Amino acid sequence: MVGETIIRDFPILARTLHQDKKLIYLDSAATSQKPIRVIEAMDAYYHLTNANVHRGIHTLAEKSTEDYESARKRIANFVGVNDEKQIIFTRNTTESINLIAKSWGQQNLQPGDVVLLTEMEHHSNIVPWYMLREEKDIRVEFIRVTSDGELDLEHLKSLLKFAPKLVSFMHVSNVLGTINPAKEIVRSAHEAGAIVLVDGAQSVPHMPVDITELDADFYAFSAHKMCGPTGIGILYGKEGLLESMPPFLGGGDMIRKVTFEGFKANDLPYKFEAGTPAIAEAIGFGAAIDYLSSLGMDAIYTHEKQLASYAYNALSEVNGLEILGPGADRRCGVLSFTLEGIHPHDIAQLLDQEGIAVRAGHHCAMPLHDKLMIPASTRASMYLYNTNQDIEALILGLRKVIEVFN
Amino acid sequence: MDDLYREIIIEHYKNPLHKGRIEKSDYGFEDENPLCGDHIHIDLQVDDEQNVIDAKFDGQGCAISVASADLLLDSVIGKNIEELKGLGKQDILDMLGIELSPVRLKCALLSLKVLKAAIYELKESSDALTE
Repeated sequence: MVGETIIRDFPILARTLHQDKKLIYLDSAATSQKPIRVIEAMDAYYHLTNANVHRGIHTLAEKSTEDYESARKRIANFVGVNDEKQIIFTRNTTESINLIAKSWGQQNLQPGDVVLLTEMEHHSNIVPWYMLREEKDIRVEFIRVTSDGELDLEHLKSLLKFAPKLVSFMHVSNVLGTINPAKEIVRSAHEAGAIVLVDGAQSVPHMPVDITELDADFYAFSAHKMCGPTGIGILYGKEGLLESMPPFLGGGDMIRKVTFEGFKANDLPYKFEAGTPAIAEAIGFGAAIDYLSSLGMDAIYTHEKQLASYAYNALSEVNGLEILGPGADRRCGVLSFTLEGIHPHDIAQLLDQEGIAVRAGHHCAMPLHDKLMIPASTRASMYLYNTNQDIEALILGLRKVIEVFN
Repeated sequence: MDDLYREIIIEHYKNPLHKGRIEKSDYGFEDENPLCGDHIHIDLQVDDEQNVIDAKFDGQGCAISVASADLLLDSVIGKNIEELKGLGKQDILDMLGIELSPVRLKCALLSLKVLKAAIYELKESSDALTE
């Protein structure tokens, strides 16, 4: 169902590089490839429907509004949210987190208040809080990562004694591949009286996620990592919280009324969607949701777990290679590693010559790399279209890299 | 596998001639490539006429950045500080003997940027130094 049989759904995977090298795409944690139906949905929108949303009375405006709102409804349904007014379109996960910091954070955090993050966070869930700290003198604390690349839940317990106002963490690590026990963390944080924000950028694309069941107060994710286009992401928020928060950006669509004296904000979700939104992208996102649903997130998750463990075992056999993060049974298809004596940039460059796309660097997690005491790592990240053959190609490529340096 | 990884580059990466620190350096600077977190420190020692008598680098980096640092320092020993001010991007590319993409160019030019910041005794480096 997934893997081999769906490769033809992704036109880009048929291309070659450097004349005759087949593209082996192992950088899906950075962005996923797009299936033909997503590309066609956006193409059809511009060919047949293009008009602004929530404004016109004419046929095209009505159709584009309907398609835009239908996408929102399908996205809500996909992540277990009944009421789509809790689903706000943003540019991406980063913007969703910034929205919380600027709106909820500005309104609710006072000097000395604690915001609790984890040592494995992406810069997008660290920097907005550092920016707020400069303005409001809040305290930012980090839950420790253990030597196995997992969150130290005992440390979380002791940090919860500071009564943090917000606990914000990633559901799945973009470096370590760790799947964090989100439900358990949400529950403990709630018991300590904290609001919880979950960064779902690496979880929603790869596993079934039910935000309602998880009971997160805010949840953020991006379309482009889950077969959808760039430039569109989601912020989920509980209705009461979103209602009480001030608007993020001001402009069209987010207002009910403007006079020479002032303005009244629009209802949810439009209150947080200023200006003409990314309409074609929302429609493409909807098509991506349909595509993933047709395959089933359970099947995708199972496929990736199998791939991750195949890759883990194969990589472990390469001399001098060290995989970051937890063992094969407790991780997803993100495998970052170091190779003794060879810099990640050189590895990535040499693999590219073989048609293999991996990421090299700190993957927007410099503090985590500091903690691991490595300047950078190489990351191979998998998705539904990858196969065991791709992993074999990677291993072969790595052996060639080692040869160049010996 | 790739022309980029010529023997000379691998050799200077694996066995750099000028790796280390100079305790009593006359010029020194340290900087990093924010893209990859690589960092490099360069020390220069000069005589009374401002001629370089020793040059060393320290830090972490990819083969391209380490090899270019080593080749660069090899070329500056015996030269006058004033002469070094004229060094530019092309000099590095000539030493490496390869073509580079814009991303990898930053790796190759990191050491030149640090060297220039050192000899101009700047507080902060800038890409403009490597033009």
